Amino acid sequence: MTQTTYVKAVNRALADAMRADPRVIVIGEDVAEGGPYTATAGLAGEFGTQRVIDTPISEAAVCGVAIGAAQSGLRPVLEIMYIDFLTLAIDQLVNQAAKAHFMSGGQLRVPLVLRTQGGAGHRSAAQHSQSLESWLCHVPGLKVVMPARAVDAAGLLASAIADPNPVVVIENKTLYFRREEVPEHIEPIPIGQARIVRPGRDVTVVALSRLVHEAVAAAERLAGEGIEAEVIDPRTLVPLDTAAVLESVSRTGRLVIAHEAVRHGGFGAELAATVAEAAFGSLRAPVQRVGARFTPVPFSGALEDDYLPGADAVCAAVHAALTVPSGRPDPRSQ
Amino acid sequence: MPAPITPNDGPPRAPAAAAGPAVALHLLATMWRIRLFEEEVSRQQRAGLVRGLVHLSVGQEAVAAGVCPLLRAGDLVYTGHRGHGHAIAKGVPMDRLLAELMGRADGVCRGLGGSMHVVDVEHGLMGATGVVAGNLPLAVGSALAARLRGQDQVTAVFFGDGAVQAGYFHESVNLATLWRLPVVFVCENNGFAEFTPRSAHTVVERVSDVVAPYGLTRETVDGNDVLAVRDAASALAAAAGAGPALLECLTHRLRGHYEGDPQKYREAISQAEWQEKDPIAVLRRRGLASGWFTEEETLTAERTAAEAVAGAVRFASASAFPPADLMEQLVYAPAEAP
Repeated sequence: MTQTTYVKAVNRALADAMRADPRVIVIGEDVAEGGPYTATAGLAGEFGTQRVIDTPISEAAVCGVAIGAAQSGLRPVLEIMYIDFLTLAIDQLVNQAAKAHFMSGGQLRVPLVLRTQGGAGHRSAAQHSQSLESWLCHVPGLKVVMPARAVDAAGLLASAIADPNPVVVIENKTLYFRREEVPEHIEPIPIGQARIVRPGRDVTVVALSRLVHEAVAAAERLAGEGIEAEVIDPRTLVPLDTAAVLESVSRTGRLVIAHEAVRHGGFGAELAATVAEAAFGSLRAPVQRVGARFTPVPFSGALEDDYLPGADAVCAAVHAALTVPSGRPDPRSQ
Repeated sequence: MPAPITPNDGPPRAPAAAAGPAVALHLLATMWRIRLFEEEVSRQQRAGLVRGLVHLSVGQEAVAAGVCPLLRAGDLVYTGHRGHGHAIAKGVPMDRLLAELMGRADGVCRGLGGSMHVVDVEHGLMGATGVVAGNLPLAVGSALAARLRGQDQVTAVFFGDGAVQAGYFHESVNLATLWRLPVVFVCENNGFAEFTPRSAHTVVERVSDVVAPYGLTRETVDGNDVLAVRDAASALAAAAGAGPALLECLTHRLRGHYEGDPQKYREAISQAEWQEKDPIAVLRRRGLASGWFTEEETLTAERTAAEAVAGAVRFASASAFPPADLMEQLVYAPAEAP
């Protein structure tokens, strides 16, 4: 084992992929300079500016350029510096990348990786802090991964680069410099495979990205109350490892879903509906969702701290899930 | 500051040979194939066999016929929503093209693309987009891939003058010139963006003037004169080895923005004017006067095209509709064998 950070793990996965496959290029704003979070630091020095291509502030066209290059034999890793700027590139991502294979009757392939990062907590205000993953999950043809740990960030990125389809990798800016223990050699992590972060018998907590760590903190606190929460990190949102979630819910009978994105229309809604459709009989209480309130991310630190869902909100949701709905027997007392 | 992408410093492509009798007759035949194909598409749409949005290029055939055949086999083409002509001129089989427009399993895209999304990788047609200007950055990316892979390949991208007011156009021209990529931007300036004349959308009349500050190799030609288009395209494709070029073809759309467009926004072109501008008539007059071909040969070209179209109708009509399970099969590409 060795110590690293999330962003260093991303950096190393990029370098490994570029060494292994000359078709892999990195393209985006300031990537040759390392980018604002050093994710691409040193790559231009090793691989040259032919393969680590700085672009103008031109997200819409650059996304199209990466797609065109992917269709013509390269394996571009496009960096969109903030997920908030993906709004500029989403036409190309949604109308071209996601549909090219389908609309061409299988002739075209778009082995594109779009790396971006989201999340609040840095006092960056409403245009540099969003969590927009649910938009992407609504588009057939895209794969969406959202790693919470260094090892997942590196392992999923390796799989994304090897995938023949467009994969959006959503990193989180507040996790970049977390120190973590990782194996010396990080193996690719298959896309579409959830991970049980912490086993538990009383309630299933499915958490995304930064909320995985909040959910673990909540679970440790709840353990002091005698509540054993099982924390699951889906890691991939599309295609979702539905089986892992259903298996856990079949044991616990209770489900809490936690993400930083606005709760309304968030990924949690889809997951809750999926579980309700497939495992209604297993559920002993209504599904609880943790997510941000329905406002833009505020600037002021006092407000942002209040806005951000964290361990407190997860604990409250778990308590709510364990509260027996009126008129129903508490299965735990049976 | 040096461009980060190594330009192609190899020997420039030789421009195509000047038009002679054989080339002229071939161009005439290509334009007839496009014209008769699209007139048939219009008939098939009225008959209910071609459904959905259909944008015809009747009157603009000289651009497709002038540009596509002089590209090499490995060169790539991106087109837009008005792309049947480019597809035919690039070699896409007419029968599979019509089958696609009819939503049949034997269509080039197995019935999943349709009129606005014709792709035929085998013949170098890499994409067609229904989002105006959305094809421009794809072509730049394709050229980037060719350059980084060391391939001596040119990518041509067709678009209308309506695309020029979109941000994609300016971003794509900027990137292509910055990186000196082998792209030929081919603008069919038919003076109309959907239903509105160009003058209502921009104060810049000529697209070649829009790109002037980029120092792009550029030329504006009579887009109804297929020989002028061909000569200019030939020179620009040769020049594109060292960096992008723009070809502006002034032309005229003889039909509405889409089939069924009531065209309330303009006076139809007069019959006399049409005869004057029709690119087929223009080449026919000139070729006969120059002795490049005989009346008999022009009739044969037209008849051969008509027979090909009739064959395409038979082929497409007989093709089955795609099976429903095709949809889920083609959302994601399967993993490649290691």
